[in-house]
Amino acid sequence: MPRPPLRLLELLRPLDRKLLRDLWHIKGQALAIAVVIGCGVGMYVMSKGMLVSLDETRRAYYERYRFADVIAPVKRAPDSLLDEIAALPGVRRAETRIRAGAILDVEGTSVPITGQIQSLPPTPSPRINDIVLRSGRYFDPQHPDEVLVLEGFALAHNLQPGDHFHAILNGTKRRLTVTGTVLSPEYVYSIAPGELVPDDSRFGVLWMNRRALANAFDLDGAFNEALILTSTGSNEDALIDRLDQLLKPYGANGAYGRDQQISDQFLSNEISQLKVMGRMLPPIFLLVAAFLLNVVVTRLIETEREQIGLLKAFGYRDIAVGLHYLKLVGAITLLGIAMGIGLGLWLGQGLAVLYMEYFKFPFLLFQAPPDVYLISVGFSLFIAVLGTFSAVLKVMRLQPAVAMVPPPPPDYSRSAQWIEALARWIDQPTRMILRHIYRWPKRSAMTSLGIAMSMGLLIGSSFSLDAMIYMIDISFNVIDRQHATVNFIEPRNARAIHDVEHVPGVITAEPFRAVPAVLRNGQYSRRQAIIGLTDTAELSRVVDLDYQPVDIPAEGIVLSDKLAELLNIRSGELLRLEVTQGRRPELDVPVSGIVKTYMGTSAYMDLHSLNRLMKEAQSISGAYLLVDGQRTDELYRSLKNTPAVAGVGLQEEAQQAFFATLNESLGTFVFFNTLFAGLIAVGVVYNSARISLSERGRELASLRVLGLTRGEVSYILLGELALLTLVALPVGAGLGWLLAWAMVTSFDTELFRIPLIIDASTYGYAALVVVLAAIGSGLLVRRRIDRLDLIAVLKTRE
Amino acid sequence: MIPRMPENNNPDFAFHAKGLTKTYGIGQSMVYALRGVDLEVPAGELVVLLGPSGSGKSTLLNILGGLDFPTEGQVYFDGQELTAFDDRHLTAYRREHVGFVFQFYNLIPSLTARENVMLVTEIAENPMSPEQALEMVGLGQRMHHFPAQLSGGEQQRVAIARAIAKQPRVLFCDEPTGALDSKTGIVVLEAIARANRDLDTTTMVITHNAGIADMADRVLYMADGQIQETRSNEQPLKPTDLSW
Repeated sequence: MPRPPLRLLELLRPLDRKLLRDLWHIKGQALAIAVVIGCGVGMYVMSKGMLVSLDETRRAYYERYRFADVIAPVKRAPDSLLDEIAALPGVRRAETRIRAGAILDVEGTSVPITGQIQSLPPTPSPRINDIVLRSGRYFDPQHPDEVLVLEGFALAHNLQPGDHFHAILNGTKRRLTVTGTVLSPEYVYSIAPGELVPDDSRFGVLWMNRRALANAFDLDGAFNEALILTSTGSNEDALIDRLDQLLKPYGANGAYGRDQQISDQFLSNEISQLKVMGRMLPPIFLLVAAFLLNVVVTRLIETEREQIGLLKAFGYRDIAVGLHYLKLVGAITLLGIAMGIGLGLWLGQGLAVLYMEYFKFPFLLFQAPPDVYLISVGFSLFIAVLGTFSAVLKVMRLQPAVAMVPPPPPDYSRSAQWIEALARWIDQPTRMILRHIYRWPKRSAMTSLGIAMSMGLLIGSSFSLDAMIYMIDISFNVIDRQHATVNFIEPRNARAIHDVEHVPGVITAEPFRAVPAVLRNGQYSRRQAIIGLTDTAELSRVVDLDYQPVDIPAEGIVLSDKLAELLNIRSGELLRLEVTQGRRPELDVPVSGIVKTYMGTSAYMDLHSLNRLMKEAQSISGAYLLVDGQRTDELYRSLKNTPAVAGVGLQEEAQQAFFATLNESLGTFVFFNTLFAGLIAVGVVYNSARISLSERGRELASLRVLGLTRGEVSYILLGELALLTLVALPVGAGLGWLLAWAMVTSFDTELFRIPLIIDASTYGYAALVVVLAAIGSGLLVRRRIDRLDLIAVLKTRE
Repeated sequence: MIPRMPENNNPDFAFHAKGLTKTYGIGQSMVYALRGVDLEVPAGELVVLLGPSGSGKSTLLNILGGLDFPTEGQVYFDGQELTAFDDRHLTAYRREHVGFVFQFYNLIPSLTARENVMLVTEIAENPMSPEQALEMVGLGQRMHHFPAQLSGGEQQRVAIARAIAKQPRVLFCDEPTGALDSKTGIVVLEAIARANRDLDTTTMVITHNAGIADMADRVLYMADGQIQETRSNEQPLKPTDLSW
């Protein structure tokens, strides 16, 4: 009785049986090509699935927990104003709350922790900016010292419900009790004011009963922040204008939309950075796959020349034979697509879960929309057919009589002069390598280019970490060289700097003033803190493109390049400043300079002229400190017990947090990209070697019969591959640079710009992966060379 | 260590084969390519192996040439048991002592005639110069041509030059004229005969073509994996006197 697979085979037409057997025969190569296609598709499905899921999860989270569309901070406004706010056109729902800064002191942690504390009603109810209770219980309104804390902060300090810690609230030290841990849509990215990355160990968020918090901050019957959900189709800008108008008498800082909220802004920034990579890399992966298909199938068809002639001689039509090879390509491509979709979904889901934890989403909605599959299948098949079209056309045009006559030996007589000049000094095998490359220049170039492209992908996938690390280095070691930044609760007289200088552990202190303002140039406006620096500032500096310190002129304002771009303003033009603090002065100042920054946006003025502008006596908002490393504990203890201090920023810790964040977010993505690019390198090199072997197997076996050793014969084939790989390395470095350039150009957000920085080690690493892939492929092929059938070559003709 | 032959170690014999059997497959589908062949080939002899397809000539030649192993039996070359060699020793044996000429020439297309010969002289212990080898086959004038620029007969003569340039002890030719017309074939056979005569190379030629047999010192007729008949020519003909 015939076995089932045989029976299945018998159902197929002979050509389709040939197809299946051919596929089995070239299974290694087919798999290598399918892997490359799979990498492209997998990369696409992974990125797309993860990004769509992140977007969708964010949207659902914001909607379910009613994240405010507009936030309007004020200094102090009466509760009765809520009805007026709710009555504004475009407002669907409005609430008020109290939000304030605090310094936290958790046992076992010496560094001062910056805190945010905000009010909630006495009993849980669906609120704007609602919380997700993760453990414990809601606070008891009868106990004013009970608080809910942000989960990340609780985890970082191992705080459980029932635990205690201290906080300085409005200058008074309080002992607080944790009743539960929560997540919040406004702290997806929990970042302290003035910092660039989240650090749960140095930033904590607390929620307290409204009355208790009002008592602590003398805000009985008042609020200092309004939260608004807008009705669909309303004009947010108009609403913000009306809110500012309404709240102006109450010390409004300027209302702002959700897109300016710090957590959402950073979250958007991260997602858009992932989107740039997700958008740019997969098509390039697929193009490399197409390119590889072209090389492989063209050469495969050349080796099947006689069979093609035979089929045609038997009466198969051109179209049937052409279709046969298209089916072969289609089968390999579909295999690759299936592998890619499976792998992409699996990795995408895994990555989405990682990001869910990283972004502290309470849930994850993983989904890959149907168009992801359609695009994967459609684009891959299109690319595959495009890549092999010319080869298949050649099959169709081949005359049977021509195909069945053995081809004459390839003519190497028109060799390059330089090879012949060189030939005098080199042995026969090396001559064979050089002449072979020269005889098939296009093929050799394509192989080199394929290898170079995989190396380019490796560089393009991994350089962003170099750029970010460079950015961190510039920001922390060239621009902001202070060890710590102290922020006062309220601006204080400039003499306060002397108090700071006398805090134990402080070596030097430099004052600064930060003034919240709206910068306006015609229709363009930004909320931006203006930083006032002294002309002798040495710690936190303003630097130019060459990282040389820039003197801040006595008059005018210096803007960062991104801010100038957002305000559409050039040096020398007048900028409208609307200060939202103190006497709220408004005036026009000239833009006296534009400086380069990679992170955030900034505006600088001379400290004295900023104070003059504020129509205030010389006052400062805080100080930059240079600290004696031996005495940090003393310093921290002292700062934690200074009522005037609102927050302390620590550079060293911030830098570490930055690296950690980078590794977690970008690093994960880069890792997978690198993995895919590495697989492509293996696919390209292995395929090139395998095809060379099938084309030259007879030649190599003849040499073995003539007495050349396995090593000597392998040298001829693998030496050529090594040479082509060697040539590919500088080309790959160039392609990598180009890809990095394209990515840098398309990644430019308000929070970050990426400099085009590629470390030598990144080039080296990419080259190493390619070389290792080449060696691995070489070893695989070497095993086949060792098993060459020496007897067959004696009897068969080419 | 290379095993030595205990008896019959007659240096006059290039090859001594005993009970050579080669089978393919197992059980009912087992096929015999050789059935207990015994053979002695004196040094310097020109042997022609005649027989139909599948008679076992190529299998015998492959085993003697160090390309294949018998299922049973031993082959001694110059007193050493070839059938006990591993791949590395067989490679060395082919490299130092054996010249091969194939039906389809198997020249390296990316090397000129002279370079094809040099491929072998570079690794041989006691080679003649490539020029001398090419002169011997009458191709001194065409040594800088690539295979694509040579006729079939010329290509085969380059292959012979490549095979004899190392001054091998034995020369194996598998259907050397199979792809050539008779006129060209004779020129090629002359080159083989000359190598046999001038270099005293033990030469074995496989052919379908009974006409060629007249140039041999000895003719072996093979059928069904056995040597059916042996004929010695007292007066071998010159290739130019052959006809087919």
